[in-house]
Amino acid sequence: MLIAATFAILVAMVLALIRGIAGPTFYDRVLAVNMFGTKTVLMISLLGFVMGRPEFLDIAIVYALINFISVIAVLRYSDSNQFKHNSADDKSRGKGA
Amino acid sequence: MDFVIIIASGLCLFIGSFLCVVGGIGILRFPDFYTRMHAVGVTETLGAGLILIGLMIISSDLLVFAKLVMVLLLTLLIGPTTSHVLAKAAFVNGLAPKLNSNSHEKNDIEQLSNEENDSSNS
Amino acid sequence: MLLGIYGLLSAIFFVAMDAVDVAFTEAAVGAGISSLLMLVAITMTGRNENTTRHKPISALFIVIITGGLLLYGTFDMPYFGAVEASINSHVVPRYINDSMQEIGIPNIVTSVLASYRAFDTFGEVVVIFTAGIGVLALLSVGRRPKDDDKIASINDSMSEQYLVVRIVTKMLIPFIMLFALYVQFHGDFGPGGGFQAGVIFAAAIILYAMLFGLSTANKVINQTFIELMAALGVLLYGCVGIVSLLNGGNFFDFNVLSNDPIAGQHLGIILIELGVGCTVASVMILIFFNFAGRKELQNNNSNKNEESC
Repeated sequence: MLIAATFAILVAMVLALIRGIAGPTFYDRVLAVNMFGTKTVLMISLLGFVMGRPEFLDIAIVYALINFISVIAVLRYSDSNQFKHNSADDKSRGKGA
Repeated sequence: MDFVIIIASGLCLFIGSFLCVVGGIGILRFPDFYTRMHAVGVTETLGAGLILIGLMIISSDLLVFAKLVMVLLLTLLIGPTTSHVLAKAAFVNGLAPKLNSNSHEKNDIEQLSNEENDSSNS
Repeated sequence: MLLGIYGLLSAIFFVAMDAVDVAFTEAAVGAGISSLLMLVAITMTGRNENTTRHKPISALFIVIITGGLLLYGTFDMPYFGAVEASINSHVVPRYINDSMQEIGIPNIVTSVLASYRAFDTFGEVVVIFTAGIGVLALLSVGRRPKDDDKIASINDSMSEQYLVVRIVTKMLIPFIMLFALYVQFHGDFGPGGGFQAGVIFAAAIILYAMLFGLSTANKVINQTFIELMAALGVLLYGCVGIVSLLNGGNFFDFNVLSNDPIAGQHLGIILIELGVGCTVASVMILIFFNFAGRKELQNNNSNKNEESC
């Protein structure tokens, strides 16, 4: 059962990675990386149980915190103009049509 | 008694991993960023919680159980916060949700985003 | 973004190879701090680099020749994990068999890192300290006090966007610091040790500084204090070595630090890991404060230019 759960989480990670590579906007990629990180935390806990070494839970705790800090950092430092989503052309298209 | 524990843990693990895979399919198939965030935020937190509860049932000693409780509390606290932060940042930076051609909602969204931009610039 | 994924994949790979300490350090440093610092650097410099006008052909040539020579040199090495390799037949059995009697802590990685090879670890700590000095020398920002009020007002106006995260962060930061202390002192028995603990502590302070503004973080933790702590860490490490010299042993020989050799080893390892943790945490915080302070100065200057013209 544990091994089946590990495979299921692996499948979810691959799906998140596909979205991370192909996401049209920047925020899609950030969402995909965040999801990948949470699945990694679960994967580390499951692998720790499968291999019989419960010390991996320390790594899972660290990884959950680091994932949170990374996402906050990306969003905090993406406020500059190079990342601003340009919705001006959407508005002009909407009003013209 | 042992049998009940194994069945309960297996059930929790199965439902949890099923929810995680559903979230993964959702992030691929939904049309817009905000809908994808719904899919990920809800299923991920619940799926992670169920998997960790399933592991807690079969844990061998008290230290492992305590650490799993900590990981569960962290996941429950961090997951929804991250979804909120992402959505707010996307909205303030101008990413508009894709709506049907329904004029009421579109005007409301434009008004709201104009107010947000004004309050963050001044 | 993809840097973070790469760091995570490496961490999983190490976990699958059953190397717990390395996975720990990779998760903390590779996936966390380095993508954070790279992100701040990119926002300072912009996403595209200026195209150089001349193509450096000769440099490419030299690099290919050197790489080829190095690859040729590795053909002579024994296979990975071969039984008759000298490292597997002399060094490894000695460590695995004798570590428990000579040093007495269950975690062999910590005993190798902090006691058998303490001099190498000293070199690593000095390298980290030098990196901190380099960043200070190049990027140090002198804060002018009249800018602080303006920066504080900018940060207050952003508080509405970050309100929920600020409250959650206030709940999380004491827990993160406590966990860093746990990892530091539990390094003897489980995965952990000074490097990982320093990185986690620095991550907590960086989270606070990102969400509440650099000027508030400067009021909480003074930059002078952090520079002092970085130097104190290296000094503590070196002093343990000198004390063992004064007591009659070799440099970094912990057996002579107290009456019982095993107690001496334990004392030496705890002091060394404390020094490592102090230095690593302080240098990471210093690097982040200097990068981010420089960026704020850039933003303020560009705002002033917009207002004046």
